Amino acid sequence: MRRSSLPRPARAGAWILACLAVLAVAAPLLAPYDPAAQLDAAESSRRPPLSSLLVVRTEGAEPRLAERVSVEGDDLVLLRRSGSVRLPLGSVTNYGKHGVTERRRAWLGTDALGRDLLSRLLYGARISLTIGLLAAALALTAGTAVGSLAATGGRFVDQFLMRTVDGLLCFPHLALVLLLAALYRPGTWLLVILIGGTGWMGLARLVRAEILRLKQEPFALAAAAAGRSPAGVLVRHLLPNATTPLLIDASLRVGGSILVEAALSFLGLGVQPPQASWGSMIAEGQSHLTTAWWIAAFPGLMVAAAVIGSSLLADGLSDRLAGLRAGKGRPARARAPWAIRTWLGQT
Amino acid sequence: MGLALAPVAGVIRLVLRRVAAAAVLFLIVLTLTFAAVAGAPGDPLSPNDPRIPTEHAERLRALYGLDQPLPAQYLRWLGAVLLSWDWGQSYQTGRPVSDLLFESLPPTLLLAGGALFTQYLLGIGLGLIAARRPNSWLDLGVRAASLLVYALPTFWVGLMAVLIVGVGLGLAPIGGMTSAAAYELGPLAALLDVLAHLWLPALVLGLCMAGDIARYTRSSLIEFQTTDAGRAAKARGLPWTRIVFVHGLAHAAPRLLQMAAVSAPLLLSGAIVAEAVFVWPGLGSTTLQAIQAGDVPVVLAATAYGAALVIAASLAADLLLVRLDPRLQAE
Repeated sequence: MRRSSLPRPARAGAWILACLAVLAVAAPLLAPYDPAAQLDAAESSRRPPLSSLLVVRTEGAEPRLAERVSVEGDDLVLLRRSGSVRLPLGSVTNYGKHGVTERRRAWLGTDALGRDLLSRLLYGARISLTIGLLAAALALTAGTAVGSLAATGGRFVDQFLMRTVDGLLCFPHLALVLLLAALYRPGTWLLVILIGGTGWMGLARLVRAEILRLKQEPFALAAAAAGRSPAGVLVRHLLPNATTPLLIDASLRVGGSILVEAALSFLGLGVQPPQASWGSMIAEGQSHLTTAWWIAAFPGLMVAAAVIGSSLLADGLSDRLAGLRAGKGRPARARAPWAIRTWLGQT
Repeated sequence: MGLALAPVAGVIRLVLRRVAAAAVLFLIVLTLTFAAVAGAPGDPLSPNDPRIPTEHAERLRALYGLDQPLPAQYLRWLGAVLLSWDWGQSYQTGRPVSDLLFESLPPTLLLAGGALFTQYLLGIGLGLIAARRPNSWLDLGVRAASLLVYALPTFWVGLMAVLIVGVGLGLAPIGGMTSAAAYELGPLAALLDVLAHLWLPALVLGLCMAGDIARYTRSSLIEFQTTDAGRAAKARGLPWTRIVFVHGLAHAAPRLLQMAAVSAPLLLSGAIVAEAVFVWPGLGSTTLQAIQAGDVPVVLAATAYGAALVIAASLAADLLLVRLDPRLQAE
């Protein structure tokens, strides 16, 4: 028995997602600055990537930022955007042997309020990824439940559920989410319910078809003949064998949910300040597009990275599924429901 | 004679069946929109509002039928919509919602149509390039690009396009559907003016949707060359371009057409954000503006219009498919 692994693009996708997850979890350690700190906003706002400003600290006052400083007599002259400011040298607390050396570096630039964009991106990853993952999990649960119910619940239940699914699938996803957002005015957590709760329909169709197919397979018929209850057959035998298509859909759904959340936040109906997701950061950047392109540009690339990761993973999983379907696989062991082993492990 | 008529009758029956299915679907969509509003929290006439006298509230309730049980309200609403296309009145302007949406439908159709055209032009073109030499650098590039355009948010691509093409290069107006002085223009100049505003949003939206088409065109053309028909074409000594353009695309056409119908909801979702970025005066802009103003009847109707467009698109694709695929007519 040979241990086979996922194809290379899928592994790359998994790595991208893992890296983003690490960035999000470790945001407090990795972020160079407080994502909400507006230090001397008049001077620090809309600074381009890779720029830095000198930090001049004085006793009992907020630190001030300056592009350059020079000493004239007993004064320290701060060269600022709006002109120069003189401070008595004695009041500057961080003036040392080499002058003022403390710098505030904006690796990816600063936003309109002078907040550090890199730090905000890292903290934004927490919101965006959390919403993406939870919404996908919700869609997965709801889709599986509805699909299983339709496949096993008899003709009337099936008809009712599937016609509802057909109807819901007619709505452009974003339009449906917008309608519900308008009616319910969601907070961040309701947003998860909204995005996940409108994204399960395709999956329900998939699960239903999959279970109807598996129901006819010898192992399922045998389990039923051996006296397992229909629910037992479903949970122990049918669903474990449908894990791969479920995981493919779930993987795609993570990226899809992040995109929907970003669009919703961009339109002003998603994550509300002071919380920030990548989508709401792009929205903030829209009004400063011509003077500070980086505010909108970098969050968009983060969204793209997450979506690319999730769809590469899904692609790899579906290649693998095609391999299993071609007869290289065998039914999942009944004892191991939800076994990830069935798609990662032996073939 | 019977032989000649039989397929025609079959086609008519098929078409009627598809139309009936679409009508049922529309009814389901209407029911779902009603359910969304009926299930929403809040009451149009908040019963606890001390500023409204009780008898006044009762009269308003009776006037709008809100005192009736939900099924009765539903039937009354459904009747108004289906019989006289009456979607109620806008809370903001007091105008009939159907008038309002009648004005914002053409711009959305124009934008979506333009985007659909670019989507297929780019998608099929890139798919052809990639299929010419599978696994070459060009192929890899096309595949990477189609993944990238799928993954980038449409509104982000739109913003960057506005920044680079509109502001930086000055090649396109940065928003709107017409110039400020468009009312002075003659018919031809006005058309050109709209096209000058249309091309960038349509290109952005089409580009963001083109990835799937490129991927499918590529894999379908590669697969076609291994089928009997593909090998026969090659064996007859046809040049690659003819094999691919004539026979290969005919092989891919039915599925490509279905993909247009399947991706119609996605296209309209994209149109909503594209309209927001490019200040395009369509259904999406109307919806957003109505949401901000809490104008529920407009939001409701606009959502139902979106779903109706999707149903219409899939019906059109179904009917075209009957025309395109002789096997369906034979059934």
